[in-house]
Amino acid sequence: MSLTLERDVDTHGGPTRDLKTRLRIIDCDIHPYLRTPRDLDPFLSARWRQHLAEYGKGTRGIYAARGTYPRFMPNTCRRDAWPAGGGLPGSDVDFIRSQHLDANDVEFGVLEPLLEGNAPRNVELQAALCSAFNDWQVTHFTDIEPRLRASILVPQDDAEAAVAEIERRAGDRRFAQIQLSSRTPEPLGRKRYWAIFAAAERVNLPIGLHVGGPSAAAPSASGWPSFYVEEHQVLSHSMPTQAASLILEGVFDRYPNLKIILIEGGFAWVPTLGWRLDANVAKMRSEVPNLKLKPSEYLRRNLWYATQPIEEPEYPQHLRTLFDWIGWDRIVYSSDYPHWDYDDPQRAIKIAMSEAERRAIFRHNAEQIYRFN
Amino acid sequence: MQRYVVASVAEIPPGTHKVFTVAGRPIGIFNLEGEYYGLLNRCPHQGGSLCDGLITGLAVGDRPGEFRMIRKGEMIRCPWHGWEFDIRTGQSWCEPAKIRARTYPTEITAGTEVVRGPYVAETVAVKVEEKYVVVEF
Ligand code: FES
Repeated sequence: MSLTLERDVDTHGGPTRDLKTRLRIIDCDIHPYLRTPRDLDPFLSARWRQHLAEYGKGTRGIYAARGTYPRFMPNTCRRDAWPAGGGLPGSDVDFIRSQHLDANDVEFGVLEPLLEGNAPRNVELQAALCSAFNDWQVTHFTDIEPRLRASILVPQDDAEAAVAEIERRAGDRRFAQIQLSSRTPEPLGRKRYWAIFAAAERVNLPIGLHVGGPSAAAPSASGWPSFYVEEHQVLSHSMPTQAASLILEGVFDRYPNLKIILIEGGFAWVPTLGWRLDANVAKMRSEVPNLKLKPSEYLRRNLWYATQPIEEPEYPQHLRTLFDWIGWDRIVYSSDYPHWDYDDPQRAIKIAMSEAERRAIFRHNAEQIYRFN
Repeated sequence: MQRYVVASVAEIPPGTHKVFTVAGRPIGIFNLEGEYYGLLNRCPHQGGSLCDGLITGLAVGDRPGEFRMIRKGEMIRCPWHGWEFDIRTGQSWCEPAKIRARTYPTEITAGTEVVRGPYVAETVAVKVEEKYVVVEF
């Protein structure tokens, strides 16, 4: 028996990849973070810097300076995503490159900043913060790494200011979408939000509706869950609620070319929402007489569904059934990097897929919605 | 089957671990109170770098509101989705019957024996008075 010595110290620790099976992919959900809170200062006026120093953000959240549920992992992030050089996960472009973009051959990644720009009750501060985060994304991310694309953050509670921000950024190709968050003070189909949808359609940019947001209400329909595991689950309930509101309030009849990607809200609920709404609208048509299509038809025309967190049925082939029901052209891959519930592009979807199916989910569908070139 | 010298025992003191690439495979070597265990640095769930995870124990309780930590230092929690594995056996805590992280049996071999092998490379200077962790696969 021979003894062989062949080793080197593996410092990176990332899984190795099979180069042959690579497909250049598009990732609709990458979270950037501030290296230090000071990084935002150059993009805020002296007035708002002083306001933040003296009064803070004044958000709707029930606690002043922290989230409502202690997280399972520090900063909700993968423990292996903390840059060696310091700073939060998602704050170091070089590390995002090596750990995610290069490792997974990501051609384009859409930044989804979850930094509470739209959380203050003071809507003028909302507008200033959203605009500052928009400049920050460009300076600290997309100009350094053009594979990353920014989201236009908007003060969604003040439609007029939101439209102004959309118009200011719409011609800038570094922005791939407008971002809204799913936990809004009122259902998104309500008239107060229509100007935002009109602007999105006019400038031909999709809306990425990311789970979470500034609502002060309990995340569950019946109050405050006891556990983080429970809250993590009920968060996604905001998505079918928003989809139903958008459809029934006639948003997609008014703005038929509007494209909305529902991000991080799951998707197994999509078929049942369609079945139920179709059945109920058939019975109560007179209450929503202006709907031109069956509700399920809007689910297939105006909405797309991001994969992460992937549904994990006991028998993986049930995922295929879900994709068949929802439509393979509606599903777009998202990783959620660097959050702990990240989905690996090669391993998260545990069913055999044809080349065409894989291409649709990991690239083609997103290309149809977003503007990358 | 081939036996690979991975490291000298001194390189991995008790309570620590280190990841090495051995014949192309990333393998974490863990020292649990003087016993060495090898784990593939790829989680069976989605391939996360398992050995970057938190070394922990098991939180157990007999009824809601009562909990205690047992087997401290013997479990590893994947840095991605937090699946927990027994470092000694690779067995998953939530699905022990179905899921297991890949393990590599280790043995400790004296330097005097290591230097006798014909294929010793130069990356580690083998000393006869040292002991070495060897994995076989
Ligand atoms: S990859 Fe390890 S728990 Fe998911």
